[in-house]
Amino acid sequence: MEQGPIFSIQGAEFSYKGASSPAVKNVDLSVASGEWVALLGINGSGKSTLAKMMNALLIPTRGACFVMGMDTSDPELAAAIRQNVALVFQNPDDQIVASIVEEDVAFGPENLGLPSETIRARVDRALRLTGLSEMRRRGSYSLSGGQKQRLALAGALAMEPEALILDESTSMLDPEGRASFLNCLRELNARGITIVQITHRMEEVAHASRIVVARSGEVAWDGSPDFFWEEKCAGFGFDIPQELELLRSLRDGGFVPAGTKPAVHDLLEALCL
Amino acid sequence: MSIKAVNIKYIYNEGTPAAVTALDGISLEAERGEWVSVVGHTGSGKSTLAQHLNLLLTPSSGTVSIDGARVAPGSREARDARRKVGLVFQYPESQFFAETVREEIAFAPSNWGVGGAALDACVAEAASSAGLSPSMLGSNPFSLSGGERRRAAIASVLSMKPDYLVLDEPTAGLDASGVRGLTATFKDLCSKGMAVIHVTHDMEIAMSMSDRIAVLERGVLAVSGTPERVAEYLSERPVKGLVMPPSVRFAQGLREKGVRVPLASRVSGIIEALEEARSRRGR
Ligand SMILES: Nc1ncnc2c1ncn2[C@@H]1O[C@H](COP(=O)(O)OP(=O)(O)OP(=O)(O)O)[C@@H](O)[C@H]1O
Ligand SMILES: [Mg+2]
Repeated sequence: MEQGPIFSIQGAEFSYKGASSPAVKNVDLSVASGEWVALLGINGSGKSTLAKMMNALLIPTRGACFVMGMDTSDPELAAAIRQNVALVFQNPDDQIVASIVEEDVAFGPENLGLPSETIRARVDRALRLTGLSEMRRRGSYSLSGGQKQRLALAGALAMEPEALILDESTSMLDPEGRASFLNCLRELNARGITIVQITHRMEEVAHASRIVVARSGEVAWDGSPDFFWEEKCAGFGFDIPQELELLRSLRDGGFVPAGTKPAVHDLLEALCL
Repeated sequence: MSIKAVNIKYIYNEGTPAAVTALDGISLEAERGEWVSVVGHTGSGKSTLAQHLNLLLTPSSGTVSIDGARVAPGSREARDARRKVGLVFQYPESQFFAETVREEIAFAPSNWGVGGAALDACVAEAASSAGLSPSMLGSNPFSLSGGERRRAAIASVLSMKPDYLVLDEPTAGLDASGVRGLTATFKDLCSKGMAVIHVTHDMEIAMSMSDRIAVLERGVLAVSGTPERVAEYLSERPVKGLVMPPSVRFAQGLREKGVRVPLASRVSGIIEALEEARSRRGR
């Protein structure tokens, strides 16, 4: 594949029909292949609109968006773009298409016209990664909320995309499920898959290599996570994760030395009374 | 005055090959003015339980009573009782039907004959409690952002002025200030005498807000009690799907080092305990 960025958004603006102001404006953003970008911002700041732009679901009303060099405004390229970029929403009801779990996961790969052996292998793998193997014959609509969310994720994984865009798609998983899904993302990212993750949960952001903050439709901040935690987190109205809050209080109280990592294990290890 | 579920068993698709036992002998009680959290792994039965409290589901066996009266499903009492219980669904935005947010919020009270200025006041109050700006009342619910839709859904239940508010993961998808704002609203309603039954995966909120926590595991009650008791129990015996928040894990580690600290402490409480330990050791 080409070496250019996987996403290149250039002077993009998007206005919903009838809206008085654009949902996204003046966005220039380039994401290199293999990056893990956490996209943060308060409700209504334009994150989901940006995500849909990156998947050619929305076309910028001004400026342009390229996915692996393909212009999203070219309808002939939409299928190729979506084959490479999977987008998972928060509400799984929006994306479940088949009434049996394994058929739902197979739907995407089948549409790609892959050989049935390959499809089977992909479905098995996606179900295993999301912990749904035992539920493969269950009715999709008879799953619990978190199980449905896993199903939506499995459907995206089975597409084996170059990039995965997650729009709040782990919000209803239990803590263990969320941790194991993060592990799965880490594995994918290590194999070069680009990840764009929209979340309000600061503890999920820890794995990202880059943080982008959206505010009123614009990119308000773009930089490295370390700097973000030290300087910017509270400034944008985000909650600091409890581990970081602990670290700061312990450091201020002189209970741990400067430079201790914000993880329970490290904090206990470094504790001096 | 309380809502009380006793020994609830529920089987989806009972008597068919697709039968799933979702709840197996669950009991739960919430007094007015109490905050009870329900936690548990994905598929543990939380939403199924929530729908029993709202009498949407009829137990395969067991009973639900509200304010001391046992409610038989389908009875007139059940209909009256149901008005006392507001349920915010896990994916509430799937349930919108009205053209505007205002109609959505006004639906239940206007069905009960509230009208005119009283209805307007009721809608305005519910919207503001849920953190919706008045300018959004005229919008189509589907044109709102995810977080705004959730607030609209919550407002449409608050407008019922329920005595028992059952919330199924009400803050998933909300930003930090939204979570804080709504949590404060629920706590406020609670202190005014409403019961809050809060289904959540957020152990930090469960630990800090609840009077009691019920932990479900595969449809069975693993443990229930005060946050402290639940933290004690879970530190001895891990339950599927649950991870204790950092403050609790840190407090556990402190205990192993001989520092006396409640497991359900906030960060400020932990620092206090450490300062005390330090001064004691200094002496
Ligand atoms: N309509 C249904 N038909 C059949 N089984 C169902 C149905 N709804 C839920 N179940 C099953 O019942 C069990 C309990 O589901 P429930 O939705 O109550 O879980 P939950 O604790 O709310 O999970 P989550 O955290 O994922 O929302 C699960 O095994 C689920 O798959
Ligand atoms: Mg549920």
